[in-house]
Amino acid sequence: MTTSASTEGLDSRQSRGLGRLLLDRPELMILVALLIMIVVFATMRPDAFLSAINIRNMAMEAGMMMFLATGMTYVIVTAGIDLSVGAVLVFSGVCSVLVMRLIGVDSPLAPWIGLVVAVLAGVAWGALNGVLIARANLSPLIVTLATMGIALGASRLLVGGVDITGVPSSLVNTIGVGRIWGIPVIFLLSLAFAGLMGIVLHRTRFGLHTFAVGSNPQGAERAGIDVARHLTRIYMISGLCAGIAGYLTLSRFASTTIAGHAMDNLKAITAVVLGGASLFGGSGTLVGTGIGVLIPVVLASGLVIVGLPSFWQEVAVGIVLLAAVMIDQWRRTRRSR
Amino acid sequence: MAWVLEARDIHKSYGHVRSLQGASLEVGEGEVVALIGDNGAGKSTLTKCLSGVVPVDSGEIRVDGRPAAFRNAQDAREHGIETVYQDLALAVDLNAVQNIYLGREIMAPGLRGRLGFLDGRAMLERTQASFRELGVNVPDIRSAVANFSGGQRQGVAVARALMWARRVVFMDEPTAALGVAQTRNVLNLIRKVSERGVSVVLISHSMPDVMAVADRIVVLRQGRTVARFRAGEVRSDDLVAAMTGSLEVEGAAA
Repeated sequence: MTTSASTEGLDSRQSRGLGRLLLDRPELMILVALLIMIVVFATMRPDAFLSAINIRNMAMEAGMMMFLATGMTYVIVTAGIDLSVGAVLVFSGVCSVLVMRLIGVDSPLAPWIGLVVAVLAGVAWGALNGVLIARANLSPLIVTLATMGIALGASRLLVGGVDITGVPSSLVNTIGVGRIWGIPVIFLLSLAFAGLMGIVLHRTRFGLHTFAVGSNPQGAERAGIDVARHLTRIYMISGLCAGIAGYLTLSRFASTTIAGHAMDNLKAITAVVLGGASLFGGSGTLVGTGIGVLIPVVLASGLVIVGLPSFWQEVAVGIVLLAAVMIDQWRRTRRSR
Repeated sequence: MAWVLEARDIHKSYGHVRSLQGASLEVGEGEVVALIGDNGAGKSTLTKCLSGVVPVDSGEIRVDGRPAAFRNAQDAREHGIETVYQDLALAVDLNAVQNIYLGREIMAPGLRGRLGFLDGRAMLERTQASFRELGVNVPDIRSAVANFSGGQRQGVAVARALMWARRVVFMDEPTAALGVAQTRNVLNLIRKVSERGVSVVLISHSMPDVMAVADRIVVLRQGRTVARFRAGEVRSDDLVAAMTGSLEVEGAAA
């Protein structure tokens, strides 16, 4: 804003073209990286990497993660963070199964009531996060770290620490292992959901206010936006996404999976940041998040197929993540807010 | 003269710090009033009180002679009072059009609007027209404000206030970060606005700026209004004397 601001104007004029494009649209860089990976794995082992079963597995993995990452995109655009998503996913699934068992697994209404329960449980945790963050002004990191512990602990208490079955088989057959034109239903659902949430984020007033709140909360408040209410809604969206993901996880495994989601929060954050969103808030796209979801999935599958230990995936994702954060930092300092 | 905005005996404390202890300010229609004072004299606090950002502890605010209470910035804006904050209060990740219309978006007609979709074209065209009229130049109206220089960001913030103000625009140090040419632009804008009948309250440290555009000058010291001058009848030295306390002429030349 002072002297650097005028020179910065010159800089940005000089560096037009490809470099500028990559700076303004960081998700393009990660898209190129994804395409290179796919080409490399596909040329090394076309038979295995491009086989229907492998593509279906990757689609399933990516589809599941996309729900959490969609909510996380909204949260990160507001400069927040939600560590509780994995635990809320488990909690929603546990509540859903318990209620469905209560109704009777064979009741035709059970899957629908189970869905409502899972969604409500997720939204309730999101509302709690939102109120503590937006009204009590607590740090999102600490609030969601706390609710993560509470939600996971409560889930274990509800079922005595062991996974329970009792998911209606109609649910497992139509959603969990279901396919339409050979494509996993869960993947199609995630596409539809992310598409809808992308339109809301990038085309509506609600989405615009989300970017404004992340970019300058005080400025947004002065422009007449109820920042606390908006932030609460954002965390409720994240909870909603976790609730739906919890329900779909049930349909996929026909059981709760209490111990299986400890890293989900960090995976979702990784996907969003890889997709070009800034942890400082104010920027991010759902298309970018979609690409960011695919990178770890493609790496994990491809590395195993070409015969490398899959542990390399964790190393590679970590390196790409560091690069993404460094590029974001560089963009921020260049434009000197 | 009938006052458009009138503040009497405003008190405001932050904890034990008494920021305002009986400050007054009155603004006539189309008038440019400079609000000056040393650091800590209460200029920014008075501005915040009169733009609704902070509530007053006691005192009277009148708009067009009628008592008004500002609970938040929205209340003040509904009375036609806009503010250019010192930090500009822009969302730098949004573009110029989005910043201008933030909180007052034009919705798409019909069902799409009710679903939350925006009328981007209408907002773009009106912003372009208003930037032309006010002489605000930005490289690309659809690019993020973060890519603009300090002067260009200032232009956006000023244009936003001017587009919406019907009665009064407060400008808190609008030229502090600007070069000579950009300062001249802002001062020209201030004149242009007052010619349209909208009053301007200019908070500034720069005596040349104040002397160049103000019709009247109000001096604050230690949270009180201590002097009022007509611009043509005062020298820079008198202003400094009033600011530092070696001269006290409360009520004079109002």
